[in-house]
Amino acid sequence: MIEVITSLFLIFMILGALIALESRDLFSSIISIGVVGFILSALFLFLKAPDIAIVQIVIEILTLVILIRATISRDVCFYEDTREFFPFAVNIIFLLLFSIIFISVLKYMPEFGEISSKVREFYLKEGFKKTGAANIVTSVILDFRGYDTLGEATVLFTSILGAVTLLRRRAKNE
Amino acid sequence: MNEKGMTVIVKTVTRYISGLIFLFGLYILLFGHLTPGGGFAGGVIMAGCFILITLSFGKEEIEKFLKHKKVTFLESLGALIFLIMSFLPVIFGKDYFLNIIHQKFGSIYFKFLSSGNIIIYNIGIAIKVMAGIFFVFFILSITRVVVFKGDYKIVKRK
Repeated sequence: MIEVITSLFLIFMILGALIALESRDLFSSIISIGVVGFILSALFLFLKAPDIAIVQIVIEILTLVILIRATISRDVCFYEDTREFFPFAVNIIFLLLFSIIFISVLKYMPEFGEISSKVREFYLKEGFKKTGAANIVTSVILDFRGYDTLGEATVLFTSILGAVTLLRRRAKNE
Repeated sequence: MNEKGMTVIVKTVTRYISGLIFLFGLYILLFGHLTPGGGFAGGVIMAGCFILITLSFGKEEIEKFLKHKKVTFLESLGALIFLIMSFLPVIFGKDYFLNIIHQKFGSIYFKFLSSGNIIIYNIGIAIKVMAGIFFVFFILSITRVVVFKGDYKIVKRK
């Protein structure tokens, strides 16, 4: 049952991504990106990961608002592009090559829902006792895997710094 | 009636709802160690509250209580809280990122103050994410993309 729902959601997500790539109107492609994100958050809820679902839905709403309000401002709305033959053929060849490699690797992947890591049982048994956090996800990302969160925070800080610096200087020079 | 921002309907709804959105973000943040949620989601929801105010009232209204300097200060403060709390066990001769508050006052479970360092990490991350995402939105909304002699340019919005 869960496999059917998951594959249905994945098919819809791929369709949304294709529409977002192919439509000429930037506004409709942004709406399609939003559809992809909301389906992803529903998929996380079905796979019993409410933490990631909350983060995904909130980020998706903010991304839509930022993309619509801040980047599309009645000026650049249509996107003109003509497709030439040679890049298209190269794309198709590489797509076929990578899909052959990917399909041959796919049989070594673990089954859907199979427990593949040994450390998971340690987290489930000891995480609550060692950190006191009833939410195991929080105890993992902020205590056992604190380094990862520190790196994530650094990445966010640096990227926001970069974006702010770039946009501000351009706007001042004008 | 001033002309900035959106219509009266949007302004009235924002006046009633923005505080509730901020409270919900605070709840998601402060109970991140007991229920689904955490610092990142709570911070983004609180940033959403400020973005809602900016959208409906215009950027002059938000600049009255959230200036540029304050936002940059908040972002750096959040990162510093996270870093200092992670370095705190090293001062007492323990391992980096060890949950020393829980080890000292342990054996409380399913309570608000049950998880020691984790709630302080969450608060730091939430402050940082809130300030950062709001700042990016603010910078993007005062600049705009125009077509100038065939290529795209970023100029300041009038």
